[in-house]
Amino acid sequence: MSADPSIPPAALSGEVRLPEKLAEVEPVRSVRTPIRLEYDFIPGSASSGYLNAFADRKILGQRSPVDGAVFVPPRGVDPRHGAATPDYVELPDTGHVGGFCVTRLPIPGRDDLEIPYVSAWIHLDGADIGFLGLVGGIDTSEVRMGMRVRAVWKPDDQLGRTAENILHWEPTGEPDIPVTAAGTNAWHAKQAAESGEQD
Amino acid sequence: MAERTAVLGVGQTKYQTTRGDVSLPGLVREAAYRALEDAEVGWDDIDAVVVGKAPDFFEGVMQPELFLAEALGAVGKPLLRVHTAGSVGGSTAVVAASLVQAGIHRRVLTLGFEKQSESNATWALSLPQPFSVSINAGAGGYFSPIIRQYMARSNAPELIGCMVAFKDRQHALRNPYAHLQQQDLTFDQVVESPMLWEPIRFSETCPSSDGACALVLGDEAAGDASTKPVAWIHGAALRSEANNFPGRDEVNPQASRDCADDVFAQAGITDRRAEIDEVEIYVPFSWYEPMWLESLGFCEIGDGWKLVEEGATHLDGGDLPVNCSGGVLSSNPIGASGMIRFAEAALQVRGMAGDHQVDGARKAFGHAYGGGAQYYAMWIVGADKPTS
Repeated sequence: MSADPSIPPAALSGEVRLPEKLAEVEPVRSVRTPIRLEYDFIPGSASSGYLNAFADRKILGQRSPVDGAVFVPPRGVDPRHGAATPDYVELPDTGHVGGFCVTRLPIPGRDDLEIPYVSAWIHLDGADIGFLGLVGGIDTSEVRMGMRVRAVWKPDDQLGRTAENILHWEPTGEPDIPVTAAGTNAWHAKQAAESGEQD
Repeated sequence: MAERTAVLGVGQTKYQTTRGDVSLPGLVREAAYRALEDAEVGWDDIDAVVVGKAPDFFEGVMQPELFLAEALGAVGKPLLRVHTAGSVGGSTAVVAASLVQAGIHRRVLTLGFEKQSESNATWALSLPQPFSVSINAGAGGYFSPIIRQYMARSNAPELIGCMVAFKDRQHALRNPYAHLQQQDLTFDQVVESPMLWEPIRFSETCPSSDGACALVLGDEAAGDASTKPVAWIHGAALRSEANNFPGRDEVNPQASRDCADDVFAQAGITDRRAEIDEVEIYVPFSWYEPMWLESLGFCEIGDGWKLVEEGATHLDGGDLPVNCSGGVLSSNPIGASGMIRFAEAALQVRGMAGDHQVDGARKAFGHAYGGGAQYYAMWIVGADKPTS
């Protein structure tokens, strides 16, 4: 490979000649063509159950038939085993913060978000994976992994079939859970505790 | 036994914010011509073409491999497209190599590209999903919590990420193809740059680049016939895993460890740090250098940041130089970025890396990851033909 990127490949080094009638025409540098596509989302059975329950201020997960792990949002399958997860579990609207990001730049379609904001993996009590949520009611510099939180819901007359029903998650004021048992560590901590009980 | 396979030629375009002088077909053809010239072969010598790029909705051109078939000289030849998100450049090279290793084709052209100036990756990665709240800000928003976990786990000093970013930008000054050429950048400027996705600073992130990278791969006879040094493939591996399941180790995913174990075993390498002379790993956010060094087994778990701090990964004086090209932190045409890692590893063992050459490099490691740190592609190339 040539060490000099300014030297074009030999096959492309020939001069490009425009037809004479185009010689005086201003060259086109770029053309912006905004496009949009609108479509109806038809959820599958797991997402339907999840989104319908949200309208009643309920959070539904699904339980793995293999080892009882609870998934939220439910997707109808345990991705570790490829097993269908037909059984729903109602989950409380409390949990803890796992990993999180203090975001200091705007994102498209969310002009309503004040910057900086904290997006976090919320690990609900009784669930074994996290799902995304906004953390509020606390200074962004005070947010911690393992911090206990509860959901702040929209007023009843504004509820829809959407995860956006939860405005944000606010601290409960309870003691943090240890980082070693928080977020993605929670599953292993639970397994270890259960095997300890069996011994 | 698999057919021995070599990298015969490498072609890259100068990575930059906007290649306004060329269309997508023009961009890929430039990289392809450079690779053919380097390999000293013509279009007629190519038996098949394997293309990779990041998701189609980045540029909004669906199935661009069909639209680019003529530009890539693929009309009337087998043309294959690979999809594995950000790791795609690496996966594409591995798939292309497998067609030669399997004895199906003698010479294969493989290419990855992205024209970020004609797309908006952060927007494309922040699409609203009906079953989730819409708050994730692109790749940085996704990887920031994982980096935070690594920092907590390893107790690494706070400025390790800045050290990686400064090192890669210094390396880039020695690679004329690299996008960022920040002659006057100081370490303090890296540290003082604004937080975007805390704990990730602006200077610790990759740029948005236009560019393409191409490789010509050949079988043993083609490699033997080359008048220039070639890079022999000693191992090539792919792995993937789901991005959210109970107990997933997001910092050090199992798919990453399994892929590394496979590729090093294929190459017969037991002491990874001692036997590899140059490493090109996919580091779009600075902290991923120590994280991957640990996951890939170049050091013990928890020690990755120490290699950074000691300068072990610097081209000047380091025993394990990492991303001598400047890496993804200095050039990021997403669909090409993985292949650039593989290509730079090949240039190193061919002794053709110019000012960023590691003296006497005999074996080099190329790496790419993608999606939610869930897709992996790796290869090891050597100056010598593999014995097995």
